[in-house]
Amino acid sequence: MKLESKIPEGPLAEKWTKHKFDLKLVNPANKRKYEVIVVGTGLAGASAAATLAELGYKVKAFCFQDSPRRAHSIAAQGGINAAKNYQNDGDSVYRLFYDTVKGGDYRAREANVHRLAEVSVNIIDQCVAQGVPFARDYAGYLDNRSFGGAQVSRTFYARGQTGQQLLLGAYSALSRQIGLGNVKMYPRTEMLDLVTIDGEAKGIISRDLITGEIESHAAHAVLLCTGGYGNVFYLSTNAQGSNATAAWRAHKKGAFFANPCFTQIHPTCIPVSGDHQSKLTLMSESLRNDGRVWVPKKQGDSRKPQDIPEEERDYFLERKYPSFGNLVPRDVASRNAKEQCDAGKGVGQSGLAVYLDFADAIKRLGEDQVRAKYGNLFDMYAQITGENPYQSPMRIYPAVHYTMGGLWVDYNLQTTVPGCFALGEANFSDHGANRLGASALMQGLADGYFVIPYTLGNYLANIGPQKLDVNHAAFKEAEKAVKERINKLISINGTKTVTEYHRELGKIMWDYCGMARNEEGLKKAKGLIKELRADFWKNVKVSGTNEELNQSLEKANRVADFLELGELMVDDALNRNESCGGHFREESQTAENEAKRDDDNYAYVAAWQYKGDEVAEELHKEELNYEYVKLTQRSYK
Amino acid sequence: MNLTVKVWRQKDAKSSGKMVSYQVNDVSPDMSFLEMIDVLNEKIIKQGDEPIAFDHDCREGICGMCSMYINGRAHGPKTGITTCQLHMRSFNDGDTITVEPWRASAFPVVKDLVVDRSGFDRIIQAGGFVSVNTGGGIPDANTIPIPKPAADEAFDAATCIGCGACVAACKNASAMLFVSAKVSQLALLPQGKVEADTRVQNMVWQMNEEGFGSCTNTGACSIECPKEIGQEHIARLNREYIKASLG
Repeated sequence: MKLESKIPEGPLAEKWTKHKFDLKLVNPANKRKYEVIVVGTGLAGASAAATLAELGYKVKAFCFQDSPRRAHSIAAQGGINAAKNYQNDGDSVYRLFYDTVKGGDYRAREANVHRLAEVSVNIIDQCVAQGVPFARDYAGYLDNRSFGGAQVSRTFYARGQTGQQLLLGAYSALSRQIGLGNVKMYPRTEMLDLVTIDGEAKGIISRDLITGEIESHAAHAVLLCTGGYGNVFYLSTNAQGSNATAAWRAHKKGAFFANPCFTQIHPTCIPVSGDHQSKLTLMSESLRNDGRVWVPKKQGDSRKPQDIPEEERDYFLERKYPSFGNLVPRDVASRNAKEQCDAGKGVGQSGLAVYLDFADAIKRLGEDQVRAKYGNLFDMYAQITGENPYQSPMRIYPAVHYTMGGLWVDYNLQTTVPGCFALGEANFSDHGANRLGASALMQGLADGYFVIPYTLGNYLANIGPQKLDVNHAAFKEAEKAVKERINKLISINGTKTVTEYHRELGKIMWDYCGMARNEEGLKKAKGLIKELRADFWKNVKVSGTNEELNQSLEKANRVADFLELGELMVDDALNRNESCGGHFREESQTAENEAKRDDDNYAYVAAWQYKGDEVAEELHKEELNYEYVKLTQRSYK
Repeated sequence: MNLTVKVWRQKDAKSSGKMVSYQVNDVSPDMSFLEMIDVLNEKIIKQGDEPIAFDHDCREGICGMCSMYINGRAHGPKTGITTCQLHMRSFNDGDTITVEPWRASAFPVVKDLVVDRSGFDRIIQAGGFVSVNTGGGIPDANTIPIPKPAADEAFDAATCIGCGACVAACKNASAMLFVSAKVSQLALLPQGKVEADTRVQNMVWQMNEEGFGSCTNTGACSIECPKEIGQEHIARLNREYIKASLG
């Protein structure tokens, strides 16, 4: 099978406009003849479900939480980028496009990223119209802040709760459509398989998380808006329930998985405090606007930070990257923190932390203004650590945060399974090998509000309003497989809990497929994951039955998929013998230990095809062609 | 530290429940409350029993999913935080801690500590939005300047996470703080003014349909609200409602 990216012809800035004109339309009266399933109600899912319902399609939306308002987009703190140039500081659609391609270390599609930058301005207008309370200045106009990887202020924000406000905006639009009867909402319902008929997506199998009922839902198209797979690492900034099951089951039904090894390790998270740790909490990147990152110059310096004089501190990001300083992109900041800790200069009890210091900002702006900007983040830090960040610097360490990889999609956001689309973090398309801060919210909403409403119409117009049949053999088979798997999980009745397996998998992934990777470690990890997976299916202990609210079973189902996806991530990392963005192969670095890309051999998207259980996946390559951006060694010095 | 944890166990919506005592040892003060429950659940699973079901997701105080009534208070002894942000350093060695679900007839128990809060969603569906479709023709975001004080106050209301602590804390199980937060946010912004009258009427009507109790202004809701949403929003809700009723 040949990968067709379906990037439109023509000049970059005209591709999307031209494509929109070329796409087929479904006439208004016919839209109600089409049913669309949307899985996940985060920014991408809620915005897509609401918008498609407004257009007249019949929509069913699913989320595993008790309400669509709780999807993990809600936890995004810092902001959303848009090329509004309200600050008159030289921003433009082209600059946002350029920064994003460069920030992604030249592993994203130019055409997709340009479209993203184009619609970014519409997103802000849309959200303001919905009543999203963005931060404003004293004249009443929208305020901006700057974020990593950019030298302009283009980030719109709502204190440290931008994701919450944007999600509640999308949730309100979705709620309106639910109230009008245009969307049927299925909360506490998890997708457990994709159903295909003659190779096309025709529905899903779901499990009601309260009754355990396994149900078939048929539709003309299925949209997976199910987020990323960072929880493969066990500890991450993701929510406890965030999982890869929908995407992984789609993968096993024919959707290629692209660049699975591209994971983002966020530099500013609160360090691990012990084995009981269940998740890691992010401190927004916006803190690097005013916080200064440093370690003691001396190894093993155990003095209190306040007692270490200025000349004995190493502000290593400012020293090494004078033009971007503390605002270098996330991958660079994370790797440098690790480098300092590996050199024995880490701080705190574990030695796995660096300081993020606000003393200068407090001196310059006063405590009140710092509180106004970052109050909720400082409170959060104090709550978790029991320390006061107004008085002593925060201790931070990198943690898994986002996954740039995901289901392969073409320009229309369609996966390699016709009729199955992937939006938001669930797809791979816009961030290359590293996502810039405040770009995830932008992409989720771009896909849902402004891209899929056009591209889905084209697909539906082409297939026509065919009759849906939930009694088709394909549904019955998929239901049977789902039930068999659940029964198997429950009947093993071994000795190790799901959490124990998950924690072990996470450690393997973090140690060998985390911030730095090498061939030997990756090969070892592959073996360890295979062993762990085999053991899981022999010895896992899942309590209770299917016919009840059973959180242990939910988790087992998800971890079983992580145990497969983890191996593919390792395969992909092994294959990509270059360093780029968040993927750092120790074999491929410059003399100054910076990531060294290999454009001659790896300027492609690695798209993996499932070939059967315990069979090696097949690699397909989509070559990346850069017509506008010149590939250079990324430098933030 | 070593603790005794008494937890409400209820098999499903139809069964009756009871408090069950568990011993949890070697609890670290750095653990979050939910991590302590995780540790207890691992122990319960290994013993072959069913773990305690509880709602939780983001574990950073923003999704609004966690919902435990701890020692007689919604989200536990501290103010301004959710259950997932509560850490064990707030307790002492030897403590007995009681954990119950939200108790309100409009929030029926699903299992153990899990309740059904879908009534909140239906209230939002009744009117908690601006009726704007996605698309072109929407004016540039900076076309309408909004005075910073109004924008800030709208934001304060908009921080509601829909956890239901206000209902759980209220002796009448009233949802007025929740409803007022959305009504107030949108009433303060020019975008929300067009539909202000129908919004407040529809949302209040739905609130009553769901069986939430009446507000008697005791203020418990604001004290227990993890986002510290104030009583002034309830005042604004009342004002908006009267205004709308008088037409």
